[in-house]
Amino acid sequence: MDELIFFINRVLISGTVLGSIYALGAIGVTLVFGILRFAHFAHGDMMTMGAFTAFVLASAFAAMGFSAPVPIAFIVLPLAMAITALLALGIDKGFYAPLRDRGAKPVTLLIASIGVTLMIQGLIRLIFGSSTRQMYVAGEAKDIFRIDMSWAGGTRPISITEPQVLMFAVTFLAVLALHFFLTRSRLGKAMRAMADNAALAQVSGINTQLVVVVTWVIAGSLACLAGTMLALDVALMPDLAFNIVLPIFAAAIVGGLGHAYGAIVGGFLIAFAETLAVFNWTAVLRPLNTILPEGWALPPNLALVPTEYKLTVAFIILVVTLLVRPTGIFKGAST
Amino acid sequence: MNAVAAPRKEPNPVRRAVLLFAAMFVLVVGLGYVQGTASIGLLLVQAFAYALIALGLNIQWGYGGLFNFAIMGFLMVGGASVVFVSFPVNMSFWNSDGPLLLGRALIAFLIGVALVFAARRADRIGIRGRWKTALTVLAWFVAYIIYRSQIDPAAAYIEANAGFVGGLGLHPVLGWVFGGLLAALIAWWMGRICLGLRTDYLAIATIGISEILRALIKNMDWLTRGTAAVAPLPWPTPIPQDFQANGVPIAESFIYARFGFLALLIAVLAVVFVLVQRAYGGPWGRMMRAIRDNHIAAASMGKNVTGRQIELFVLGSVLMGVGGAILVTFNQIFDPSGYQPINHTFLVWVMVIVGGAGNNWGVLIGALLIYIVWVISDPIAQLLFQGLSGWTSAIGWGAIPEIDSRALQMRVFVLGAVIALALRFAPRGLIPERTGEARR
Repeated sequence: MDELIFFINRVLISGTVLGSIYALGAIGVTLVFGILRFAHFAHGDMMTMGAFTAFVLASAFAAMGFSAPVPIAFIVLPLAMAITALLALGIDKGFYAPLRDRGAKPVTLLIASIGVTLMIQGLIRLIFGSSTRQMYVAGEAKDIFRIDMSWAGGTRPISITEPQVLMFAVTFLAVLALHFFLTRSRLGKAMRAMADNAALAQVSGINTQLVVVVTWVIAGSLACLAGTMLALDVALMPDLAFNIVLPIFAAAIVGGLGHAYGAIVGGFLIAFAETLAVFNWTAVLRPLNTILPEGWALPPNLALVPTEYKLTVAFIILVVTLLVRPTGIFKGAST
Repeated sequence: MNAVAAPRKEPNPVRRAVLLFAAMFVLVVGLGYVQGTASIGLLLVQAFAYALIALGLNIQWGYGGLFNFAIMGFLMVGGASVVFVSFPVNMSFWNSDGPLLLGRALIAFLIGVALVFAARRADRIGIRGRWKTALTVLAWFVAYIIYRSQIDPAAAYIEANAGFVGGLGLHPVLGWVFGGLLAALIAWWMGRICLGLRTDYLAIATIGISEILRALIKNMDWLTRGTAAVAPLPWPTPIPQDFQANGVPIAESFIYARFGFLALLIAVLAVVFVLVQRAYGGPWGRMMRAIRDNHIAAASMGKNVTGRQIELFVLGSVLMGVGGAILVTFNQIFDPSGYQPINHTFLVWVMVIVGGAGNNWGVLIGALLIYIVWVISDPIAQLLFQGLSGWTSAIGWGAIPEIDSRALQMRVFVLGAVIALALRFAPRGLIPERTGEARR
């Protein structure tokens, strides 16, 4: 039983946490690609920017003596998401829209997004320094829930932290909301139409400018959500999301760029591939040692790849997907 | 401006280039006056090494329109090669069982390659479709396990008994050549698998491969000593300590040594520049531009588009490998954890875009200019911050903390701002490529 609990703690929970982050990030990447047709590299730094926005707001609220049973950074999330969405719109107006209007190729926009990445990173470090911070500004403790498993014969509990529970709930709600938006609302349908065929969408009377605005609002607010939840789970640092922007792209590509549901599946796929690849299988299979013949005992470490190559797993999946099936597992660039 | 001059759409590019290079010369001399001759020597060596790398990217992006975000990976490959070739021989490795174990790992590797190769030819014996795919995946998996079963004990043994493999103790210039060759090999393999992809997919694939290369070089402690870093590496030219041994004062020894290295580097760069420039003007360059501008038309004229693109990719990557090797030799230290996409991939991209993709003179001036901007943003930001800090403490807000680490980040912001402004206002660069009618 302990082996199963170990597996749940080390794979199921941490894989779902990572998967939620990847999925939220990949939705933004994939929507921007579907509507605006370029790979938006600055998305990772938009996540970091969102997390820092939440941090500033939470600090301000804490300074005013505000307190709550959940982390303050979580309470201010809607406000932070709105601000990040506005910042995303501003970035689009300032850097991408002029290039688009000039009819620049997607690759020029890609390079511009690298410029934006560098500017956001530079600014964040100029303002906040490069140290690591805690999102628990009011000094709240990070609650850990321990589910006692003694009824099933386990000696160790299943443990899960408060930000992780919040993250599952928020990711679920965000995905549900996005689903209803894309399938039920007029604007969501317009977005899907534009992702399918921008020219046809325009001639059939869809306000493409509005769709672009909505895309940035969704991408920006989801980026803020993902960044804040990630920072709550680990810590707030200036390269919080720059390091995971490639796994996020891997998730979006595995799911098929432009395909919102694919991005969610891809996010969890990449996350679980990473966690399972570095998982030490001996920890789970150890009971087998009693039935295995003498001299066949399992080696102490039976992980598929060493831990230091964890992120490499995502890159390898990314490269293999691009080579074998560049359209992703769901085929086609439609939402 | 002369009001009488006839209005022209574009200023004369040659005059513009001459003016820009003259301005660059004045800037360098001015900086040398302010910062001292030794530090301008340091700056120039690094700037010219980056110019070599930027020429490599210009071959790929400027001549061929091929996206390459793996520059960091190639620089690391070059650096690791120069360590392997030029670092002094590590006798405690060669006297141990290390070579034997590595030999067995190599055999395991070859068996793995043979397995995968055989599985890919399985259709010859009637295994097709899904079964063949499954067999190939299985072959990869078995090959991986066979290789791991040999390399893991070998790596652990070498790290425990000898530290790392060490070098061959050969001349550093041979290390540069080897870096170029190894980069060529990797680029050939990358080109074969990736160049069919669309531009943005290619960008993501190359950046992924670059990160894989970084992870490998950083974690193969037995080969590269990983994050422990390797130093000091030998120079091809006399190092400052050699001059000091001959009685030259310390301050001047650095000037002599750095300018000696610079002379060698400029010789290399000049040869490469002439060759690359001649290739651009010749039929080969015309063909490459034809492929870049309309690969369908070029293919219909009988040009082997993919083959030519791989050629460009390999040629450009060779320059990147050599440039990376030169940088490591000059710094005398190879530290895999010091490589970042910002400092090594994006910086070179900004050089090429600001200078003018497709124009070697433009790329040269872009590389020098951007490197200087990159380096001097830090002290300028420090001055700004100190001024600001004085002002905030004067009005009672307190001084700004951590000025040093913050000011260092200013250059990242400046780089981003430069790239955004360049794309917006000068998308063709300082000295644009001359195409069509503008060419004589």
